[in-house]
Amino acid sequence: MITYILRRLLWMVPSLVVVFTLTFALVHATPGSPWDESEKPLPDAVKANLAKQYHLDDPLPKQYVDYLANALHGDLGPSYRSAERSVSEIIGATLPVSLQLGLASVLFALVFGLPLGVLAALRRNTWVDHLSSLITVTGISTPPFVRISLLIVAFSIALPLFPTGGWNGLLDGRIVLPTIALGLGPAALFARYMRSSLLEVLPLDFMRTARAKGLAETAVVVRHALKNSLIPVVTVAGVTLTNVITGAFFIERIYSVPGIGRQFIDSVSGRDYPLLLGIVLVFALLISVMNLLADLSYGLFDPRIRYR
Amino acid sequence: MTVVRATQADAARGLAGSAPGRPPASLWGDAWRRLSRNRAAVLSLVFLTGLIAVSLAAGLVAPYAYDQQDLDATDLAPSAAHLFGTDGLGRDELSRLVYGSRISLAVAFVDVLIVVLVGVPLGLIAGFVGRWADTVIMRTVDVLFAFPSLLLVIVVITYLRAVLELPQTDLLAAVGAADKLTGGLLGVFIALALVSWLTVARLVRGQVLSLKEREFIEAARMIGARDRRIMLRHLLPNTLAPVIVAATFGIPGAIATEAGLSFLGLGVRPPLPSWGILIAEGVRTMRAFPHELIYPAGALALTLICFNFLGDGLRDALDPKLKAD
Repeated sequence: MITYILRRLLWMVPSLVVVFTLTFALVHATPGSPWDESEKPLPDAVKANLAKQYHLDDPLPKQYVDYLANALHGDLGPSYRSAERSVSEIIGATLPVSLQLGLASVLFALVFGLPLGVLAALRRNTWVDHLSSLITVTGISTPPFVRISLLIVAFSIALPLFPTGGWNGLLDGRIVLPTIALGLGPAALFARYMRSSLLEVLPLDFMRTARAKGLAETAVVVRHALKNSLIPVVTVAGVTLTNVITGAFFIERIYSVPGIGRQFIDSVSGRDYPLLLGIVLVFALLISVMNLLADLSYGLFDPRIRYR
Repeated sequence: MTVVRATQADAARGLAGSAPGRPPASLWGDAWRRLSRNRAAVLSLVFLTGLIAVSLAAGLVAPYAYDQQDLDATDLAPSAAHLFGTDGLGRDELSRLVYGSRISLAVAFVDVLIVVLVGVPLGLIAGFVGRWADTVIMRTVDVLFAFPSLLLVIVVITYLRAVLELPQTDLLAAVGAADKLTGGLLGVFIALALVSWLTVARLVRGQVLSLKEREFIEAARMIGARDRRIMLRHLLPNTLAPVIVAATFGIPGAIATEAGLSFLGLGVRPPLPSWGILIAEGVRTMRAFPHELIYPAGALALTLICFNFLGDGLRDALDPKLKAD
């Protein structure tokens, strides 16, 4: 088990290096800088000074090595756009917000999606199943920016239950709408996988045995069926993370949540390439770690799985 | 359990097929019959056919031009003159929606084109040729799959836009001019080309790997069929059903990607009325004029839902053994 984890951690290094090198190359091959765009073009001397300040006049290999060395010390360089905060500080300030929102939405997805899938499987081909399939398909098909904007119109404007935007931590009403909008996609996936995996388990022999020995139906479902149908659901963990990260780009922007997703979009439109590079690196690290955790969790649900 | 039931059903159908009065069932006829019994899929098919008709006949259906402004009639609520109201520049919402459907459907069409022209051949080659071709293609797929595709697309399109703005070579200048001419659609297509073939390439490769060990391939080889013929006449048709299903499921993703990019200002450029742009404009004014958001958001959501229902129906119709119930 420990050797498995260590080997997986070692494997993360080359894949992170590939991601970093590709993004670094792409970002540095991108012509133009944030200073090109201004209405009054800067004098060339000022541009040269700015380039010097940000070490853009160093040879590319040197910039690459310097950046990598600094990144390993947690320093992702200065941001082009904000003079007072470095990239590391911006990420340090915005990532926790996104993590809170992301965790809340995954929690929502579990609490809403899993029971929905279980109900759909137990009441197969009834109106419950059909309603759940409508909710599932809607959750899977609609993009996050459609979900959040329709939620705002419905529950902040037509029916003013929640504010139309903003962020004030986990224990504030402002978290409700973005959480639902972000969590509906994963919830739909959970429901769909839960349903089909439960349908496969329900007709198995050990279920009949459990009923035959006189267990109550709830105990049969919860203790025997659910436990055995959770493995396929765990495999959606990677997709869930993808949903949450890319969904946050839109939802944080529309609902004015000061998270890392909004920073990413701002860095793209503001041509803040160091910030963009830093955020992509953070996402890559996050995804690698999450995938490792997901792989490890299979063993938790299925003791037959051995890690070598 | 499901497998057993399916074989029994097949056996029963086989018997019925040999009885007089029922013509032998073909794969496609059978699939069509199963699809037409799926109410959600049929309704979706009707809606999507209607949408295609509307987009083709946009000039006839739309009451106004999509960029025709009327500054005396801005932000109007729905009325007889403007069924869906007008936007902040007095442009007719319905007309903009109708013309916007062209963009979404063009994206759907190009996405399928990429799947057929890139995904299927690469999967076929990877599975059939194997060795280094397999390694190169599948490692590329793995690398591109390791990242959320939207993240990848955004980074690439940022780069692309900067390069096309200040073209260094004649080729780039030509591409940039074509991109301007199509209102930014070309850039979206290039970004889509990077990610939308991945799923199908992997799927076709898997199919080919299992198919090429089967007896009918051995038989074809025995009677002297060459590699090319085996790939095109024996392997390709047998991967068709799952490719159709996967392509259908890929379409809503592509449409949503275009809308998302345009929403962020990275896709189609105004005044072209991409549904993503309409939604972005609607979000800006939703507090005062929610109808300007609801119509485009509803149209986009409905279209994506229909493609997904159609995909579900096609999957159940083309591969009854896969059906969960």
